[in-house]
Amino acid sequence: MSQPRSRSARIIKVDYLARVEGEGALYVKLRGERVEDVKLKIFEPPRFFEAFLRGRHFSEAADITARICGICPVAYQMSAVHAIERALGITVTPEIRLLRRLLYCGQWIESHALHVYLLHAPDFLGYEDALAMARDHRELVEQGLRLKKIGNRLVSVIGGREIHPVSACVGGFYRVPTRTELEALKAELEWALEASLATLRWSAGLQYPDFEPDREFVALRHPHEYPLNEGRLVSNRGLDIDVSEFEDRIIEQHVKHSTALHCLLRERGSYMVGPLARVNLNFDQLPEVARRAAADAGFAVPCRNPFRSIQARALELVFACWEALRIIGEYQPPAEARIEAPARATVGCAATEAPRGVLYHRYELDAEGRILAARIVPPTSQNQRRIEEDLRELLPRLLDEPMERMSWRCEQAIRNYDPCISCATHFLRVELEREG
Amino acid sequence: MLVIGCGHPDCGDDAAGLLVARRLRELGLAAAECSGEATSLMACWEGEPEVILVDAVMTGAPVGTLQVWDGARTPFMRGRFRCSTHGLGVAEAIELARALGRLPARLRIYGIEGRAFVPGTAPSRQVLEAVERAAQLILAEAACMNPD
Repeated sequence: MSQPRSRSARIIKVDYLARVEGEGALYVKLRGERVEDVKLKIFEPPRFFEAFLRGRHFSEAADITARICGICPVAYQMSAVHAIERALGITVTPEIRLLRRLLYCGQWIESHALHVYLLHAPDFLGYEDALAMARDHRELVEQGLRLKKIGNRLVSVIGGREIHPVSACVGGFYRVPTRTELEALKAELEWALEASLATLRWSAGLQYPDFEPDREFVALRHPHEYPLNEGRLVSNRGLDIDVSEFEDRIIEQHVKHSTALHCLLRERGSYMVGPLARVNLNFDQLPEVARRAAADAGFAVPCRNPFRSIQARALELVFACWEALRIIGEYQPPAEARIEAPARATVGCAATEAPRGVLYHRYELDAEGRILAARIVPPTSQNQRRIEEDLRELLPRLLDEPMERMSWRCEQAIRNYDPCISCATHFLRVELEREG
Repeated sequence: MLVIGCGHPDCGDDAAGLLVARRLRELGLAAAECSGEATSLMACWEGEPEVILVDAVMTGAPVGTLQVWDGARTPFMRGRFRCSTHGLGVAEAIELARALGRLPARLRIYGIEGRAFVPGTAPSRQVLEAVERAAQLILAEAACMNPD
């Protein structure tokens, strides 16, 4: 892997960075003690979903955008239906609102369980991947698989199927589950809550690099609940805006080395979205069981160490299982599965909390309900610049490490963000160049 | 016996496994569909002693080539299968299940060589022809196993 080029320059290439979704590469150039260049290069071809949506009826947006990602299709559906409902000025019933929240819990459980156990845990336990880890830590992997499965089941029961669910629509759902269908999930969710608490305790014993960059965290915040489908966009540095101001405050920048746009807070720079940002900004909205478990696991907010994102995900697993049980306990099937959504010429936007962070959608509709324009800003686009900046700060601390370990630490730092490159625009190549 | 077709319906030749499952159902044989995401695939075959898995593959063979492997005995190389999520696709499902002792006792893998996996495109003619050949072979295999 390491190829000496000359006495003063070395290049390390890792041709395949596993455990991220999408195709991209990382290029790092070091000269002596100085980090000269860091580029998270995303070369996955642009996917043109915003263009595909033009001319389609608003009722198709949820199903079309769900195809953007096989891991977080519910997030795309939720942002789409909420943006269109805001545009049309309709408010769903409290029962539908709760059911959507339950659907999102399923999405978080499946996505977070996958990342914590199968994608990120190998980094902390010193394995190349989950396959190698499974030989020595069978119980851990089995626990992750079972947790993910309950998330899949929840999405399947409410959404109609696990991948690219089909039930969510503008105004509600095409079909809502019966009480019996949801109650059948309770026993497994009770196990999942205990398993999530055990995951958080397990995470306390992992070794975290001493790395606490001072950055801006951005997430939704709701006055009465941990954010999933709605809230104001807030940060730890005073940002507090309605989502309708998103495009005024957050700019998208084209950079040559990426087919995904970089997002920046206007006049402020990069920021972080995702589980660590959410937990930092909404810790008080977590249920008592989660806050107590966090304290027992030695996890306190504010937490600025991106490597501790695995703990934030574990904490959100506790929340998602607890919340799912709460909603199922109160569930009354809505009298009407959906409310009418009459078409009119209008514009509307919404943001929801995808497992990887804030997911913003905006739609402009004509009088017949056809989409004239659409804009989608996924969480990985928002985190790209922040990932590069993390690496810029982290690399000087790694200069005494062998190049191979330095490369591995860079990959781990990228996986802190669970980037979904497919969403943002498959395979990431790390290229590390060192001179002097 | 459970037949599982894997793939993506809208990514050119990646639809091969799903198309075989759909063709088998037309021919009267039950067949499941799966995206190929590792944990979903493992859940799909859980408790099934005999599984036939169909997916598009990339081995360097001519497009449309149909290959059959014994998954229960053959270690699977990554990169053979096209479809994966966060790097966890069909090959990882097979190897993870093997490591955990959760592999079906009998696992036959039908791989259809694909070439173009571009979103929004249709499968190639050679892959569509291979889909029909695979469906007929699986139907014959099922008939041998369940002569009634």
